[in-house]
Amino acid sequence: MALERSDVEKIAHLARLGLNEAEIPRTTDTLNSILGLVDAMQAVDTDGIEPLAHPLEATQRLRPDAVTEANHRDDYQAIAPAVENGLYLVPKVIE
Amino acid sequence: MHRLTLAEIARGLAAKTFSSEELTGALLARIRQLDPQLNSFITVTDEQALAAARDADARRAAGETGALLGAPIGHKDLFCTDGVLTTCASKILHNFKAPYDATVVAKLKAAGTVTLGKLNMDEFAMGSANESSHYGAVKNPWDLERVPGGSSGGSAAAVAARLLPAATGTDTGGSIRQPAALTNLTGIKPTYGRVSRWGMIAYASSLDQGGPLARTAEDCALLLGAMAGFDPKDSTSVDQPVDDYLAALDKPLAGLRIGLPKEYFGAGLDARIADAVMAVVDALKALGATVRDVSLPNLQHAIPAYYVIAPAEASSNLSRFDGVRFGYRCEDPKDLTDLYKRSRAEGFGEEVKRRIMVGTYALSAGYYDAYYLKAQKIRRLIKNDFVAAFDAVDVILGPTTPNPAWKLGEKGGDPVSAYLEDIYTITANLAGIPGLSMPAGFVDGLPVGVQLLAPYFQEGRLLNVAHQYQQVSDWHTRTPAGF
Amino acid sequence: MQWETVIGLEIHAQLATRSKIFSASATTFGAEPNTQASLVDLGMPGVLPVLNEEAVRMAVTFGLAIEAEIGRRNVFARKNYFYPDLPKGYQTSQMDHPVVGKGFLDITLDDGTVKRIGITRAHLEEDAGKSLHEDFQGMSGIDLNRAGTPLLEIVSEPDIRSAKEAVAYVKAIHALVRYLGICDGNMAEGSLRCDCNVSVRPKGQEAFGTRAEIKNVNSFRFIEKAINHEVQRQIELIEDGGKVVQETRLYDPNKDETRSMRSKEEANDYRYFPCPDLLPVVIEDAFLDTVRASLPELPTEKRERFQSQFGLSAYDASVLSASREMADYFEQVQQACGDAKLAANWVMVELSSLLNREGLEIEQSPVSAGQLGGMILRIKDDTISGKIAKMVFEALAAGEGASADEIIEKKGLKQVTDAGAIEAMLDEVLAANAEQVDQYRAADEAKRGKMFGFFVGQAMKASKGKANPGQVNQLLKKKLEG
Repeated sequence: MALERSDVEKIAHLARLGLNEAEIPRTTDTLNSILGLVDAMQAVDTDGIEPLAHPLEATQRLRPDAVTEANHRDDYQAIAPAVENGLYLVPKVIE
Repeated sequence: MHRLTLAEIARGLAAKTFSSEELTGALLARIRQLDPQLNSFITVTDEQALAAARDADARRAAGETGALLGAPIGHKDLFCTDGVLTTCASKILHNFKAPYDATVVAKLKAAGTVTLGKLNMDEFAMGSANESSHYGAVKNPWDLERVPGGSSGGSAAAVAARLLPAATGTDTGGSIRQPAALTNLTGIKPTYGRVSRWGMIAYASSLDQGGPLARTAEDCALLLGAMAGFDPKDSTSVDQPVDDYLAALDKPLAGLRIGLPKEYFGAGLDARIADAVMAVVDALKALGATVRDVSLPNLQHAIPAYYVIAPAEASSNLSRFDGVRFGYRCEDPKDLTDLYKRSRAEGFGEEVKRRIMVGTYALSAGYYDAYYLKAQKIRRLIKNDFVAAFDAVDVILGPTTPNPAWKLGEKGGDPVSAYLEDIYTITANLAGIPGLSMPAGFVDGLPVGVQLLAPYFQEGRLLNVAHQYQQVSDWHTRTPAGF
Repeated sequence: MQWETVIGLEIHAQLATRSKIFSASATTFGAEPNTQASLVDLGMPGVLPVLNEEAVRMAVTFGLAIEAEIGRRNVFARKNYFYPDLPKGYQTSQMDHPVVGKGFLDITLDDGTVKRIGITRAHLEEDAGKSLHEDFQGMSGIDLNRAGTPLLEIVSEPDIRSAKEAVAYVKAIHALVRYLGICDGNMAEGSLRCDCNVSVRPKGQEAFGTRAEIKNVNSFRFIEKAINHEVQRQIELIEDGGKVVQETRLYDPNKDETRSMRSKEEANDYRYFPCPDLLPVVIEDAFLDTVRASLPELPTEKRERFQSQFGLSAYDASVLSASREMADYFEQVQQACGDAKLAANWVMVELSSLLNREGLEIEQSPVSAGQLGGMILRIKDDTISGKIAKMVFEALAAGEGASADEIIEKKGLKQVTDAGAIEAMLDEVLAANAEQVDQYRAADEAKRGKMFGFFVGQAMKASKGKANPGQVNQLLKKKLEG
């Protein structure tokens, strides 16, 4: 199935990627050509095949419940775009 | 001095023929002089490198030994380096001085290596030509009008041009092996989980693996031995001892069973590359190996499956680049949505945005089963193919790429044609098995590679085969003109 | 029309681990902003999660307590959405394979009946940070200390039919997680938070109505008020010809109303998929056995034991087992005095009203279980009457003595049981009320009852309440009629 302009706008919004009006047609074409490549997959018979999420199929290791992290706020916030009083600043969050 | 391999450097430093400071100074000068043609470095860390070299010399003077003590290397710019710019070749991280070291960086530092800088790459490791970097394309030292391959293109170009003896890279769909092939290097992607991913900025978490690029299998063994190992900070890291890769190198190849997958020699493969690969097979036979055909019937489905799984994981992995806690933030955001949308639109390049959108779509409501889940099922089929093939053979051998390096800009307008160049390499990432590329000769003066694949945790076997071949061939010693 | 309310609750319980679910940062409440936010909590490039064993153990503990199937192979998934308090742009949660499957919890309603509420599932996830809206030149401030605190999200079936039932259910969950020691239950600090899914339907109708979700209602009182308000709003809306829309609403306790949260209205597509940085969590038999062996006595078990062992009513047993602290207190009183019924009465009536009046929790009670038990002993051996006991209790509460005995002694409250002394006192009372004595003796049987009470009252007053009431009755009767 081919993506339409409205699909691309919706995807870009979900991914929080701003798109210019001018970019939309080209982006739609490129995404459709990639999805064309990907859609070849649909012909493969995968009945009864379990999906494989990780090659080794290992299981999760658990960490003991211990606090080993110290406070590095100043180091970490030295690379932040905007901070005040130890808080990261963003445009007003509306509830 | 710049022509020395890591192993030769180790001997020279041990014999005090030269100091690490001398070597580091010489290579830094060479980088300054030659890299402008290649653009292989994003950051050169002169000061820190010289300090580290002096430190290594002091450690050696104090009696410390170690093959990598004082050895100069470079890191692909997606390994976090404490206090040093780590950009992933993206504008979105143009100002990101990582506040910590990746495990790979820390391990190599502890082994005494000297980091000369951070190497250019495809943005967020997405690409096979190193043309998607925010810092500009990297040129192939064998032909400056051609691509070095990607995504570890800066690592490959720098080592091939003898600016560095070896470098780290990462491989999600061939990003170590393909540039190694296109620049006449040896590079190995280890088994998934063998090298820690902590501090290695993720592209596709279930496929990414770090590994070395160098000129010889021996150098790869040296570096991988120091990079590999269990890391409690990475849940996908495997708690299993690391083999002695150097000791594995000298094993004779008599009785080695090589499988040739017929699907790797079909349409799309440059016939001259096929010839080069078969010449390698003949040489290995002469060393006592036996050869038989094997089949990997799901090869053709690997690209579609990969281009669902990798973008899907990437779409989520790259959500943290939002202009809030680090990295690029757009000017004067008018509200929160504007902050996100413009920071990300302005910070990410075209290919990255493309893959984020493909992945977002593949995971979205109503499409998950048809795309992501389907791709994971195909992933199992591909793994099963390898498991079956390795019943009868010890290694699988074929071409690394279907074509030699292409011209810069040649595939710029058509991402799909570039994706198809990954055909032989991505299966190893999907299955999680180790893969190595080594020099196999030249086509029109351009290097081509042969790829070896092995069962899980058989990195030692791959390095052994490559090393034995490099004892009877000299492709790997060829140096690009002008370097 | 008769309406029926249908409620399902999602309770987020912060697990009482020392460190976060995927990082080794502290989870302490109230630290300076972003001082407990590590590289992992901040979602820095290149970082990876490693799962906290204790969070898994606590979740499994809860699962066993509600008799649920434990997800022997549970999987973490990423829930993708952008929000400034969500550093990675996704929340690591569980979707298809939660750690706790279907279970149930029995709740006791006000009339003493027990109702079983189904629990659909409970899953592990990470908490988000906090957005602070004080004005920073028109900006919001983000504190990520809370980001990564382990949460157990407990999802109920839509089995709840009233605001009162909802409160009873939340109280039961609250008690349970505290019994289990997996959550401190501090609702004011957000350790236990509740989302209420509320809908109404005409009585008798099978199909559910459209529901609204009221987010983050964080006290028992507000849960009741928010639900009642929302039910009323929906009924009025429908009766006025309107339609309930599926949406997220916020309860405003100041105005006692719910309002639509426009910011969350936008349709979300969370693009769940298994987190590739984490592997499936496999719960081995041995792990399960260890957790099972360490389970404390649960509220239901305790309630049943209180009924069978002490002969308490269902209602009393459920009140006394409502919290671990209450149950422990009651049992200590019972042990000290050997009389479960008296112990239950004193804990539920006098102690409860004292605590209510002072706004204290039972663990802060000014009267210890030992003191109360010692006092009850003195009621039982007739040292004091029940009435005097109330004075002794107040004195204990006021700290006027270390024990009931000390207060009885100091204040001379010991009951008078000497028959001679009582008789002498009665003679005085009768002499002082000679007119009433004559009237009594002249009255017929039917009228005497009320008049007799007058003499008892006068006698108790004369003895300052210390005369043994039984003896007073008996001797008085003899004197008046004898």
